[in-house]
Amino acid sequence: MADAKGKVIGVNGNMVTVSFEGNVSMNEVAYVVTGDKRLKSEVIRIRGSNAELQVFEMTRGIGVADQVEFTGELLAVRLGPGLLRQIYDGLQNPLPELAEKCGFFLERGVYIHPLSRTRRWDFTPTAKAGDTVEAADQLGTVPEGIFKHRIMVPFNFTDSYRVKSVAPPGAYTIEETVAELEDSRGRVIPVTMSFEWPVKRPITAYARRLKPEKPMVTKVRIIDTFIPVALGGTYCIPGPFGAGKTVLQQVTSRNAEVDIVIIAACGERAGEVVDTLKEFPELIDPRTGKSLMERTVIICNTSSMPVAAREASVYTAVTIAEYYRQMGLNVLLLADSTSRWAQAMREMSGRLEEIPGEEAFPAYLESVIASFYERAGMVQLKDGGFGSVTIGGTVSPAGGNFEEPVTQATLKVVGAFHGLSRERSDARKYPAIHPLDSWSKYRGSANRMMTEYGRDILFRGNDVAQMMKVVGEEGTSTEDYILYMKSELLDSAYLQQDSFDPVDSSVSIERQRHVYRTIFDILSSKLDLPTKEEARQYFNSLRQNLLDANTAEWNSDEFRRLESEIRSQLQAKKIGVEQDAAEIVKHLTEQERPSHAQSV
Amino acid sequence: MRKVYSKIESISGNVITVSAEGIRYGELAEVSSRHGKSLAEVIRLRNNQVSLQVYAGSRGISTGDEVRFLGHPMRVSFSDNLLGRVFDGSGRPRDKGASLMENLIEIGGPSVNPARRIIPRKMVRTGIPMIDFFNSLVESQKLPIFSISGEPYNELLARIAMQAEVDIIILGGMGLKYDDYLFFRDTLEEGGAMSRAIFFVHTASDPIVECLLVPDVSLAVAERFALKGKRVLVLLTDMTNFSDALKEIAITMEQVPSNRGYPGDLYTQLASRYEKAVDFEGAGSITILGVTTMPGDDVTHPIPDNTGYITEGQYYLRNGRIEPFGSLSRLKQMVNKDTRPDHRALMDGMIKLYAAYKEAVEKKSMGFRMSDWDCKLLKYGDLFEREMMDLSVNKPLEQALDDGWKILAECFTKEETNMRSDLIRRYWPAREAAE
Ligand SMILES: Nc1ncnc2c1ncn2[C@@H]1O[C@H](COP(=O)(O)OP(=O)(O)OP(=O)(O)O)[C@@H](O)[C@H]1O
Ligand SMILES: [Mg+2]
Repeated sequence: MADAKGKVIGVNGNMVTVSFEGNVSMNEVAYVVTGDKRLKSEVIRIRGSNAELQVFEMTRGIGVADQVEFTGELLAVRLGPGLLRQIYDGLQNPLPELAEKCGFFLERGVYIHPLSRTRRWDFTPTAKAGDTVEAADQLGTVPEGIFKHRIMVPFNFTDSYRVKSVAPPGAYTIEETVAELEDSRGRVIPVTMSFEWPVKRPITAYARRLKPEKPMVTKVRIIDTFIPVALGGTYCIPGPFGAGKTVLQQVTSRNAEVDIVIIAACGERAGEVVDTLKEFPELIDPRTGKSLMERTVIICNTSSMPVAAREASVYTAVTIAEYYRQMGLNVLLLADSTSRWAQAMREMSGRLEEIPGEEAFPAYLESVIASFYERAGMVQLKDGGFGSVTIGGTVSPAGGNFEEPVTQATLKVVGAFHGLSRERSDARKYPAIHPLDSWSKYRGSANRMMTEYGRDILFRGNDVAQMMKVVGEEGTSTEDYILYMKSELLDSAYLQQDSFDPVDSSVSIERQRHVYRTIFDILSSKLDLPTKEEARQYFNSLRQNLLDANTAEWNSDEFRRLESEIRSQLQAKKIGVEQDAAEIVKHLTEQERPSHAQSV
Repeated sequence: MRKVYSKIESISGNVITVSAEGIRYGELAEVSSRHGKSLAEVIRLRNNQVSLQVYAGSRGISTGDEVRFLGHPMRVSFSDNLLGRVFDGSGRPRDKGASLMENLIEIGGPSVNPARRIIPRKMVRTGIPMIDFFNSLVESQKLPIFSISGEPYNELLARIAMQAEVDIIILGGMGLKYDDYLFFRDTLEEGGAMSRAIFFVHTASDPIVECLLVPDVSLAVAERFALKGKRVLVLLTDMTNFSDALKEIAITMEQVPSNRGYPGDLYTQLASRYEKAVDFEGAGSITILGVTTMPGDDVTHPIPDNTGYITEGQYYLRNGRIEPFGSLSRLKQMVNKDTRPDHRALMDGMIKLYAAYKEAVEKKSMGFRMSDWDCKLLKYGDLFEREMMDLSVNKPLEQALDDGWKILAECFTKEETNMRSDLIRRYWPAREAAE
């Protein structure tokens, strides 16, 4: 195993070339010893007796002939109770503890155990002596915040085992034995509450994979109603800088209806992580009544932190996500930005002098991206329960142009595309998701026919807007102008949403259904507006009321007041319903038909 | 004992290679040639082959010149004696003062632990409505001015530096025109700020590679002052020159370019500098204002593009004005919630109307008839540009907000502004009695 020794023979950026004796395996962890520091590295190429290492730290000061120690272990994360609430770097070093030890700055070569070794957890056994178990089967549980954390047979146990003994109920540290398992050859193996798993290997200890079908509610109107995400699905948010990718992920990380959120801040600004880090402990999760931090893990490898660890960080994140999925939980992984991860790959590939593909990205870029998103999924566990990992990644395309390798490779594999547009963000139309270009393959909570109707209005309204640019307002018929006004109304009062307003930033599905129904009634009404000027004023005032209603507490007096005003405004000008819309309404289910619908 | 090597094996671009032993990555050497001495830094080790980038450039270096390794990475002296002084990119005096050797600190040190960062919350008031009102600058922010040559970006930098309440101003000049350097010096001197300023200046006539050191030297010094409790403003102009120097070295080292000749790690290189902006809990802060001139006025060019992905917004300076579109301070919401209740809504509302104005202008230019609404927008746009965008306007935020409501009231009815009713009730200017 760890018998190999080596010496540095070359340094180029964060890549070190080592000549070694003994056996070295691909992707194993090694340490470069320089001065009094041991710098963690990963073997990324082996050629004869030379190995190339990517060093997860600054390489300054490394010299030829420095010693290298190989560990024989693959890069892995430590799994067990206590992951929640943590803030890790890309290699699972707990950052607050690093700060306690080293102060303001990240000192290289300092590694801290990811989970507390002294904290005691209240263990309740569920397996009993004599049971037959295999990887991922439950042995007991411990309470971790609001969750029942399953203590499972480590996933790297490949045999079938007989439970020899299980510890009685009591408080144990993650290093104490809680069970003894006997394998088919009669060897007895002690099991603790924690184990390691190599980050680049998906966890597959489940019964079967299912199609992602249940919507994952984000509380963002445009997403939930028009371009939904499914639990266990994947989606991407490409967009030029400043278009709102991070803000969109931040609101999702707060409001999404999932059990656990893993935030992978990958090669972006440190300041953005701080927002989350300082705010989450104060924010109450309405679903649990506890602080949001209780359901969150932050993996943070920001842009000025070493590049190689950036590449590792997304894998660290997804492995932790898969671990909690094994407990029957719905986990959402948000990665910002996957482009930085791809760039980290590009940097290493360049140093390895591999033949470059488009824009110097390595030829294997596509397959690496695909296999990362493949780790999302809805699964049925061996005990019959369900768990899911949903992955949402931002993409930062060079020049904001989606025709670039990372965006294109991502679009090939994800189930939903939320493309942010520069025009919309410049016009402060947030979230700046382009309503016409974006798409989703998933089914949402809204009635498909009604949303298609709205989309159609957007398309046609957009056509009118384009026409008007050529022929002017005077060359546009009043009918077309009203259509245009309707599409603008849908856009400004429904698609746009203020992420910084306490009420508007998070809209429940119930409220979305209700409000969309109101908007739908407006969109589908024939209106008595003989002139464009009248139409403009009419829609302005409707919009005003809808916007005011958006910031009013759901079902508050103010909300009801505004809504009845909107309804009477509509009544005042309504002279009929478009035929196709009437057909849709006829087919609505009871649930989709809000109580006030009859009165209209 | 440090060995001296006198056999340079290859010279290519500004990179030289010597055979040497016991050398460490990132170490500094001094190359002595007929034309004087230059610092050089180890950028690659391959067995005993050591490649160095020569900061003064390799022009005139001969294969027989001496290379003396110094046994340490790049360092700069740090003390209060720096204040009021002018240095070149490698920390040698450019003024008549003595060279400083005491208390040497390493440059390009480790990054701040994110867990020790704090949420920025102090607004830097500049008196410029396009900044204070529409895109507030925040202490510890990193923000570039996107511009093109010929625009008054250095004037804008100097004006903000003079008006902002900071303890120390550090100017990192890269490829700075000599006139611009003099302009900065004179402005700060006239404003009485030179005694709290430090200049690290690389001018347009200096060897281009030497400007690579400027951001690191400036920021290392800034960091030390900040740790001692000082609020430091670092001005980096022009980061495009810095990026071009990176590109030159990358090409010499035969790195595969990723985009228009720029190295794939341009993002990382720029980020490790800009990310030095920080607010230290219980100590001082570093705010970075940079300049990025966009080659060909193209924001998708790799330099502005990568910069935009790193910094916390940008100010577009075009035709002598800060453009409302594209300009963005991402930290503004940290501070504009505590200024006045109407600040945010008015900011968004006025920008939306200005966008509508732009459309009306376009329509007009195509010869379409202007509707009543269009005419209102045209009037609004004019007022907006005059009262808010003109860089000669200098007024406190509160006044700018009041003026914003006045402009709205002058041009529109209440409903047309799309502002929330409660704000309208509170801030809509009362009609003059005479009207
Ligand atoms: N939903 C929103 N509501 C209001 N403002 C927003 C919204 N989204 C984005 N913004 C504004 O745009 C700014 C930039 O957004 P954000 O940081 O999310 O961009 P980004 O796409 O992540 O950019 P980058 O690629 O550079 O990281 C924010 O600081 C905020 O001012
Ligand atoms: Mg972002």
